[in-house]
Amino acid sequence: MSGFWPWLAIFGLGIFHGINPAMGWLFAVALGLQEQKRAAVLRALPPIVLGHALSIGLIIAAVLVARISLPHRALKIAAAAILFAFGLYRLFRSRHPNWVGMRVGFGDLTLWSFIMASAHGAGLMLVPFFLGSPAAQFTHQVGSHNRHEHVSGFANFSTPSLLTASVAVHTLGYLLMTALVAILVYEKLGVGMLRRAWFNIDLVWMLALTFTGGFILFL
Amino acid sequence: MPLLKPDPTFYPSPRLAMQAPPERYAFVAALNPPGNKLHDALLVVDVDPESRSCGQQVGEVTMPQFGDELHHFGWNACSSALCPYAPHPHVERRYLVVPGLRSSRIHIIDTKPNPRKPKIVKVIEPEEVFARTNYSRPHTIHCGPEGIYVSALGAPNGDGPGGIFMLDCETFEVLGQWEVNRGPQFLHYDFWWHLGFDTLLSSEWGTPNMIENGLQPDLLLGSKYGHQMHVWDLRRRRHVQALDLGNEQQMVLEMRPAHDPTKAYGFVGVVVSLKDLSASVWLWHRSNSAWDLKKVIEVPAEPADPEKLPPMLKDFKAVPPLMSDINLSLDDKFLYVSCWGTGEFLQYDVSDPFNPKKTGSVRIGGIVNRTPHPKKPDQPLAGGPQMVEVSRDAKRIYFTNSLYAAWDEQFYPDGVGSWMVKLDAGRDGGIAFDEDFFVESNDYRVHQVRLEGGDSSSDSFCFP
Repeated sequence: MSGFWPWLAIFGLGIFHGINPAMGWLFAVALGLQEQKRAAVLRALPPIVLGHALSIGLIIAAVLVARISLPHRALKIAAAAILFAFGLYRLFRSRHPNWVGMRVGFGDLTLWSFIMASAHGAGLMLVPFFLGSPAAQFTHQVGSHNRHEHVSGFANFSTPSLLTASVAVHTLGYLLMTALVAILVYEKLGVGMLRRAWFNIDLVWMLALTFTGGFILFL
Repeated sequence: MPLLKPDPTFYPSPRLAMQAPPERYAFVAALNPPGNKLHDALLVVDVDPESRSCGQQVGEVTMPQFGDELHHFGWNACSSALCPYAPHPHVERRYLVVPGLRSSRIHIIDTKPNPRKPKIVKVIEPEEVFARTNYSRPHTIHCGPEGIYVSALGAPNGDGPGGIFMLDCETFEVLGQWEVNRGPQFLHYDFWWHLGFDTLLSSEWGTPNMIENGLQPDLLLGSKYGHQMHVWDLRRRRHVQALDLGNEQQMVLEMRPAHDPTKAYGFVGVVVSLKDLSASVWLWHRSNSAWDLKKVIEVPAEPADPEKLPPMLKDFKAVPPLMSDINLSLDDKFLYVSCWGTGEFLQYDVSDPFNPKKTGSVRIGGIVNRTPHPKKPDQPLAGGPQMVEVSRDAKRIYFTNSLYAAWDEQFYPDGVGSWMVKLDAGRDGGIAFDEDFFVESNDYRVHQVRLEGGDSSSDSFCFP
C-alpha cells in the first residue's frame, strides 16, 4: 500500500460520511429553513463537524492505544469482531433514534453529531487503517524503490501526530461534503429531492462495516 | 424489512404533501351500537372516483374480542420520519394502530399488500397497557419523531390522570409513560405538537369515570369537565404552561396546530359554553416565548322547539352546536368545523389565524333539523357532522356521524344511525356535497376516517 492511498481513503470516507443525511447536512438545512436564513445553515456546520471529529477521533485513539498494548493478532481479531457484530446488529435491528429537538445550540448540535456518528459506527469504518503493526516500520525492506511502501501506510507517524493528522484529513472531507450538500439543498435543490434521492445509505453503511470486519482478518 | 428508498407517502413538508396522489381508500373505525352483539371492525371504503365500487364498503376486518369501542386510530409511521434529528425514512407506512377506547386493547392492522384485505398482525392486551403505562382508554395516535405516541384518557381504575404513552414504531412494544413531569395536568384528551418549536400541546375532556356512563349534567354544570390546554417541552417531556379557557368553556377537544413547522399557532375546539350553549374555536399562539390563547370563532346555539329536543336539552329551548371535531387543511388555509348538535358543517378561511372568515357551510342531520343527504332527499338523518378528515390536496372532505356510544343515546335517543359523506372544496373556498357519495351502515356506527397514504391529521413535518 502506498503512503498516499490511506490518506485518500480516509478523506474519501469523510466525504462518504458527509453525504449521509443522518450525519448532519440535513439538520443544517432544516435549521436554515426553520429560521429562513442561510446564516443558520452555516452556523450549524461547526458544531456538527466538531461532534463528528470527536466521535471518530475517540475510536482512532482507542485503536492506537490498543495497538501499543495488545498483540497485533489479538487486536485484529477484536476489531474484526466489533465491526462485524456492530454491522450485523444495526443491519437487523436499527433502533429508532431518540433525539427530539429542533431548538438546538452549539453544545446540543455537537452532542447530537457525536451521538449520530458514534451510533452509526462512523469511526469504526476507519479502524482497518490503523491496525498496522508498529513493527511494520522496522520490517521496511532495505533497497525498496519506494520509500513509502509499508504494511500500513501510516507506519511513519508517531501516535499523537497520526491521530491529529488522520482526524484532520477525515474531517476535512466530511466538512466539505456536508457544507456542499447543505448549501446546495438549501439554495437550489430543496428538500423535495429527499423523496427520490435518499436511498437507504444506512444499509450500504452497515454492510460496509460488516465486510470491513471480515476484511481486517485478511490484512 | 427496511425500504431502499423513503416510503413514497413521506413528504418533507406539508406543501409537498399537497402534491400527493388522491387517496383510493378510506379506513373507517366502526363500532358496535349498544345492545348489539357484533364485534367492532375496521372498514375499508372505496373512495376512488375511477372505481366502480366508489362510495361502497369493499373490505372489513373484525376485532377478535367483543366490546372494544373503536374510536380514533393512526399510522405506525409518517412524514415525521424525515425529521433531520432522528431520520429513519426507510420504515414503511403500513400498519394502523387501532385502540379500543373502552377495552384499552390495541390492534395492529397491516394494510398491505392488499388494502382491501387488511389483517390483524398483533394485539396488545389491556393488561399490558395497564402494567407498562399505568394508563388506560387509549385514544389519539400520532406517529412522531420518537416513535408512536398514544393519548390515554385515564388510569386503569378509570380515574385520572390521563396522559401519553409510547409504542415502538417497529415492534409495537409498549414503552411506557411519556411524561417526565406532568405538573398540574390531570385531565387529558388530544395532543399534537409544533416540531419546529419542540413543543407539545394537550387538551382536556374528562376521566373515563366522568364519561363512560354518558355525559353527566351535574359535572357539566359544575364545570368539572376539561377547560384547559397544557403546553409541554417535547424534548424534555415536561409540563411548561397551563392555559385556562375559563370554567364555563367545557370540554376542550381536538387540537390542530399549523402544519408548517415555522408557524407557532394552532386551533382547538370547545364543545360547549355554559354561559349560552355556544361552541368556540380558540387560537393558541406564541408571543414572546410564552403561549397565549384567543377565542377566534364562536358558533351560537340555535333556538328550538322543546318538543324536538332530547330530555337533557328541553329546559334550554335551544340546540347547542356541540363542536366535536375540527380539521385544518395542509396549507393551513381552511379550518373545518363539525357541529354535531345543530348538524352544521362549517368552513373558515384562516389565512389570517387571528381573524377567520366563514367561507362555507352545509347542513346534514342535527338534533332538530334532521337534514337529509342529497342522494336520499326524503330520508331524515340522525347524528350530525362529526369526525372530519381532509385529503392531502385539500380538495375532498370526509366525515362521519357518531360521537361516542354512551353520548349518542343522550342526544339522539331515537337512534343515531350511521353514515359517512364526502364534500368537495373549491380552491378559494366553498364546500358542497358529492351527491353520489353516501355510505350507510346498518350494522355499525362509523367514527374516525383515515385516508390511504396519509391525510390532514396523520402526518407532521420538520420542513416548511
